Amino acid sequence: MISIMNTMGIWLAAFFTLCIFSFLYKDNPFYKFAEQVFVGLSAAYWLVYIIYSIMVPNLFAKLAEDFSGNMILLIPAALGLMMLMRIHPKTQWVSRYPIAIMVGTTAGISMLRYMKSDILQQLTATMINPFAAATTAEVIGNLLMIIGTICGVYFFYFSKKQEGVSKAVSKVGIWFLMVSFGATFGYTVMARISLLIGRLDFLLGDWLHLLK
Amino acid sequence: MKLSAIVERRIIYLVLLVAVALPLLFPIGWKTEVSGYTQMAYDLIENTPEGKVVIISFDYDPSTMTELQPMGEAMIEHAFKKGQKIIATALWPMGVQMAEQAFDKVLRDYPDKKRGVDYVNLGYKVGGMVTIQAMGRGLKEVYPKDTRNTPYEEIPLLENTKRLKDVAWVSSLSSGVPGLKEWMMVARDSYDVPVTGGCTAVSAPGFFPYVNEQKQLTGLLGGLKAASEYESLIGRKGTATTKMDAQSVAHLLILVFIALGNIKVFVAKRRKNND
Repeated sequence: MISIMNTMGIWLAAFFTLCIFSFLYKDNPFYKFAEQVFVGLSAAYWLVYIIYSIMVPNLFAKLAEDFSGNMILLIPAALGLMMLMRIHPKTQWVSRYPIAIMVGTTAGISMLRYMKSDILQQLTATMINPFAAATTAEVIGNLLMIIGTICGVYFFYFSKKQEGVSKAVSKVGIWFLMVSFGATFGYTVMARISLLIGRLDFLLGDWLHLLK
Repeated sequence: MKLSAIVERRIIYLVLLVAVALPLLFPIGWKTEVSGYTQMAYDLIENTPEGKVVIISFDYDPSTMTELQPMGEAMIEHAFKKGQKIIATALWPMGVQMAEQAFDKVLRDYPDKKRGVDYVNLGYKVGGMVTIQAMGRGLKEVYPKDTRNTPYEEIPLLENTKRLKDVAWVSSLSSGVPGLKEWMMVARDSYDVPVTGGCTAVSAPGFFPYVNEQKQLTGLLGGLKAASEYESLIGRKGTATTKMDAQSVAHLLILVFIALGNIKVFVAKRRKNND
């Protein structure tokens, strides 16, 4: 029975993969069908998952187990219900309160973390002695990092017209940015090709059994 | 012969499809050089003493498993080889199944490893950064049970692991938010636990600046290539290695397409100027 279900699953997956790939030729009913099924299934899956993996263990089960000991959970439960008031135009205003709390707490938590990790630690990592490295390649790398950081940041300094020396610094900054965009493009290509490889690996291996 | 843009595009898709399929059917066996970032991640696990408890967080879903699953399997195998004990967690709901699949595959070569003793899957927890912060105060409060409903205090592996500070390293295999960045911000920058990990190729350039003097990240595996590098370091012929041939051929082909496209634009411009 498990084997039949497994085989059916593989054939269904292969069918939907080919339906999606058919879009590369042109938009067609098969593609639209697969797209709609995906959207519907995802919504249903997430609804069930959220109920059984988040709501039940974190709220309902705890309240059922020890209601008086877990009464504090009624606060997030109430906030969640208030959020659902968005559904009706007349009660939409109620949802503003839980949203305000979410925005406030998220901003508060994130601000400190980002300040430390993205600004202070990153700045400290740039303030190094470039010549203390072990190899020539590392020294060059350190110098490039320092020059690239300074020039890259300077490129975004718009309070003064960039001319003369400042224009040259800004131009170097653009070059560093261009190199980083090129690297990002290369990695993006790699990621997209990986997705294609994954699907072809499935079609040729699991479905057609052509791979060793 | 003049082809329309749509026909040209279809030809490109077809050629690309064939170029990716052929190396999968007939592997070439090209070698990949190990990068410094992958080596750093490898060294972290390699130099962690036997018996230490570590966390591997599966923060992705099936859409990115081609890139991230080989990393997960390779890291599990490496940690098992070194006698380390693994706690699997997930900041993404489907990461739980990804972890189970990875363990199932690696356990075929390590049948002596026991659930609860050598590894445990604590499952998914909503909350991202807040969850990791709570793990810093106490793991049991966040994960009272594992995915098989075994209470925290009955899992031998977790006997001496009370909070995040008690683990030797954290690895997040991440395809977005929450993921590697959140682990780095809290586990590394707040609790001083070494953090390494892997990410999809598309997000790798955004993470590289964190592999720095401050060791915000101790190495990084970026995409399928890094996964194959890691496999070669631990001597495993995994799925990433076999797929790298297809990746390399596709990249060469894209380079050819870019060159042809530029030549075409150059010729068209020249023709226009001559007219």
